[in-house]
This record gives sequence, C-alpha cells and structure tokens, in this order.
Amino acid sequence: MKILVAVKEVAALDEDFELRDDGRDVDEDFLLYDLNEWDDFSLEEAMRIKEESDSDVEVVVVSIGPDRIEDSLRKCLAKGADRAIRVWDDSMEGSDSITIGNVLAAVAKKEQPNMIFAGVQSSDEANASTGISLANKLGWPHAAVVAGLQYKANDSKAVISRELEGGLSQEVEIICPSVLTIQLGINTPRYASLRGIKQAAKVTIEELSASDLGLAEQEVGLSSAKSNVRRMYVPVKGMAEMIEGTPAEKAAKLIDIIKNFKGE
Amino acid sequence: MKTILVIAEHRRNELRPISLELITAAQDLRQGGDDKVVVAIIGNQAESYIPELSLQGVDEIVTVKDSTTEFDPDIYEATVKALIASTQASVVLLPHSIDSLGYAATLVDNSNYGFATDVFQVEYDGADLVATRAGYNQKVNVEVDFPNKDIVILTVRPGVYKPIEESATPVITHQQPTSVESRSKNIQFVELPSDGDVDITTSEFMMSIGRGIADEDNVEQFRELAEMLEATLGCSRPIADAGWLPKSRQVGQSGKVVGACKLYLAMGISGSIQHMAGMKHVPTIVAVNTDPNASIFTIAKYGIVGDIFEIEEELRDLLG
Repeated sequence: MKILVAVKEVAALDEDFELRDDGRDVDEDFLLYDLNEWDDFSLEEAMRIKEESDSDVEVVVVSIGPDRIEDSLRKCLAKGADRAIRVWDDSMEGSDSITIGNVLAAVAKKEQPNMIFAGVQSSDEANASTGISLANKLGWPHAAVVAGLQYKANDSKAVISRELEGGLSQEVEIICPSVLTIQLGINTPRYASLRGIKQAAKVTIEELSASDLGLAEQEVGLSSAKSNVRRMYVPVKGMAEMIEGTPAEKAAKLIDIIKNFKGE
Repeated sequence: MKTILVIAEHRRNELRPISLELITAAQDLRQGGDDKVVVAIIGNQAESYIPELSLQGVDEIVTVKDSTTEFDPDIYEATVKALIASTQASVVLLPHSIDSLGYAATLVDNSNYGFATDVFQVEYDGADLVATRAGYNQKVNVEVDFPNKDIVILTVRPGVYKPIEESATPVITHQQPTSVESRSKNIQFVELPSDGDVDITTSEFMMSIGRGIADEDNVEQFRELAEMLEATLGCSRPIADAGWLPKSRQVGQSGKVVGACKLYLAMGISGSIQHMAGMKHVPTIVAVNTDPNASIFTIAKYGIVGDIFEIEEELRDLLG
C-alpha cells in the first residue's frame, strides 16, 4: 500500500524586496524558501495512516522544482517519509498549477499509489487547484479542503470532513483511491527528530525529468500556462494611520481609541 | 457579442451570498450592448432560487434540475462543462469558495482555456480580459491576462463585489441534467459546537490574537488583558488549530464573521485573506504587528508596528 504526498517549496518575501526589471515578478534575491505549511499536515496525515496500519504502508513525497527544493524534500524524509522524488528540467520553468497537476499525475501513473494527498493551497500563490487538477488528469475521485479523515490503509472508502465556510463542515463518503486536498489543523504535525534529520541527509532523492515521465516540452512550462502575468505591483496601503512613538506612547493612544469607542 | 456565465452556489436551501456578488462582477465584463450575462443554478430545488437571482443585469437564468440536493464535485464538473458548451460562454465566473475548490480545476482540461483563481478584480483592457489576484502570501498584486484563450474560467473572491439590489425579469430556461455517476456522497452537515462558550458574532469589541503570541503559555496574559479592556477574546486560525483557544473563538472564513463588531484589536495577526473575510467590515480596526508589511495594515484604521508583548505590558500599566 502506498500513499503519495505532493508537496511544494514555497517562496516568501523578505521584509524589503524589489521587483524584477520587467515588473512581472519579485527579484529572486528577495525570496526565502520553505516547505508549504499545508504540506506538513498532509504528510502528517499520511504518516498516521502508515503508523496505524498492520500492513506495510510506503509514504512517498513528490515535488516539482529545481535543486534547492531538496531541502524541503529532506524535511519530509526527516519526518518519516520513505522515499522522495524530485521532478525537474529547465522546460518546466513557469509551469502553472494546472500543469503541475498534470506532471504529478504522470508521477502517480508511474508510482501507482493507493491514495494521494496534497495541500489545499500553497501559501505563496494560493491557486488552490493543483491537487484537483492532478485528480482530474488521473480520473480519480477527489475532495478539497479536507479537515478530518477516517481512513485506514487499503480501505475502499473514506469518510472525510470538508471544512465549509462559517464554522460548518460536511461529512462525505468518498470512493478510494482518491485525491484529497488537506486543510490546516487536520492534525498536529510532528517535528523531525535529530536522528530523522541525520538519516534523511543520507537518502538519495530520486530525480525525474519531463521526458522520463513521457511529457512533451509543450505540455509543461510557460507555453502550457493558463494565464500570463502582465505585471506585479505592491498594493497601495490602506488608509491606516500609523501610531508612532515609544511603546508607552503607542499604548496610551490605543487606550484613547478604546475609550473613545466606549464613549468614556 | 459574448456570454458571461455565472455559476450560482447554494447550500442547505439557501443561496450563498457570493452568487449575487458574481452577478455584479459579470457587469464589469460587459463591453457591447449584446453581451449576455447568464446565471446557472444546479440542483433539485434549482427553480426556487429564480426570484433571488432575478437581478438587473441578468439576461438569462438557466436551471439544471438534477437529483442533487447539495454540492457534488462530479456532478458540478459534468454539468458546468455542459453549460459552458450550451451557452457558448467566453467567460465563466465561479465563486472562490470551498465548493468551487473541489472542481474548478477539473473544468480546465483543454489547452484553449484560460484559468485564474481567487481573483478580486476583472475587467477588459481593449480586447484583453485582465484579472487581478494576489501573490506571495497577499504581499503583492498580480495582473494576469489570457492571450489566445477561447474561454476563461475565473474563481472570484467573496466579499469584494456588492450585490445589485434592483430586480428584473430575465429569461428563464431549463437544461437537462447530465448523467454522471457521483463518487462521493453527503452524509451530514455538522455545525461548529459552541461548547457553551461566548458567541463572538454578537460582540461589539473584540481583541483577537494570532501567530504573534508564539506560545500557548502566552495566551493567559492576553486573556487577562481582554478582560481588563472588556473585550471579547478571539483568534486567528493557527491559534484555534493548535487548540490554544476553542474553534468557536476563531474569526474568519472557516470560523465566524464578527458581524456586530465595531472595534477590532488585532494582536500579532498578519491578516490572511481568510481571517480578513471575518472582520474587514469592522469600522475601527487597530492592528499591532512587528511586520510593517503585514497585510492587516491594508485594512486597519490604525496601525502600530511593534511587539505585542511590549504593547500588552504598557496597556496593563496604563489600566493599572
């Protein structure tokens, strides 16, 4: 039994940053990379199924990106993933979420997992569409924003809790194998142990290219994108009146605002 | 002429507000006088939503009366694909909602389709459709267009467009449901248990804590501070997920919208779009955050760049 967990290394902006000369993205010198927050939860969910199962469960993490994303994959290995796959070649630069879903589907066809997890969305782009695009390409049942999961290894059905708006949730039964996009808070992700980190450093990360997966050049990268970035810009800040001064002065002004509200 | 197709959303016999917001968004995409806005509604009670959807600017309402009571990703996928074909839509607007997240990406299995999610502005620049969304965790805005795409599918952020109030009498048509087997089934809806805790939606003065409080041990001092200020203590998602405060205290899209709130003090909350969905309407928002670029400052009336622990200590001193 195998669970495939799709993860992403996301980019956050440095406190001060500059846009590229073409104005269509941030200069990459100002990007800080880390594993997507959602992916900690989907990996944890897979690890729980593995640990609660009497039979063997293999947890395989897969990510698409250049050399640097090895750090994020090793993080997953350190937390107990059995194998890590990195897919990349230069033709994949500029792939959007739908394309990434298609590439992941090609990996899934090769790996033949019994269940696939992905994060609901990534913190940087927040397209919230990669996992469902992957399911679509595979033709698998799928559900988004799963905040609770009742599923044991090899089950043919799962009961999921979809987190809806306004504090509502919905219990749904879904046929497996399926692709589930996992929401924050579904579990409490573990920290990697020192031993895990040491062991992960020795693991060879498997590497695949687009052609290894039978994908043609025009199927990936910018040429396959569903949208084109015209420009990126920093939004005009709101009308916030910034309160300056020492902490004591700031607190005093805050008390004034509260008193004013209370009509005191 | 072109057709703009709006997919309305309902749940538990109520139209969701975003359905009406999408109708407003669709008006921004009208160019010629013969452009059409078609609103589609799917489900066994589809017809019951006609009066609410009959707003000015809607040319046609298509009902697809199938056997489903609630959202189902497989049925919506097949039905919306059929609607795109039958209406010959050029632009399809879906809510950026939990339901849409379950199937919007499945609509894009043709290379001639354009696609963007969580857009909060749509317009034409000449012949080019331009949509604006956020990037890098809401720190930047990104304008995208869709060169050489026949059909563009967009999911639109809730709470951005105001519903049109004037009603009208659009043409009503019916479309046969698509026969497709669903691979999941609804068991039940579950309301968030209140656990006898306060109802934050009725509070006029909230103080909410976020990731900035860093440690569970720090919750208590902010609980005390809220009491001293006579504010109701709320939180952002990470605090509820960690179990530091009950889920019923969570403000935001998946938590509660604090409808009655007039003063909102955000302590150490950076301001995710989901959190802001629950409080951005509050007339006076005061945000305290160490990061001067935190997106909460874009909606706050007053901002303090600083350490919430220092401010907390000073507030306590002042309150004696």
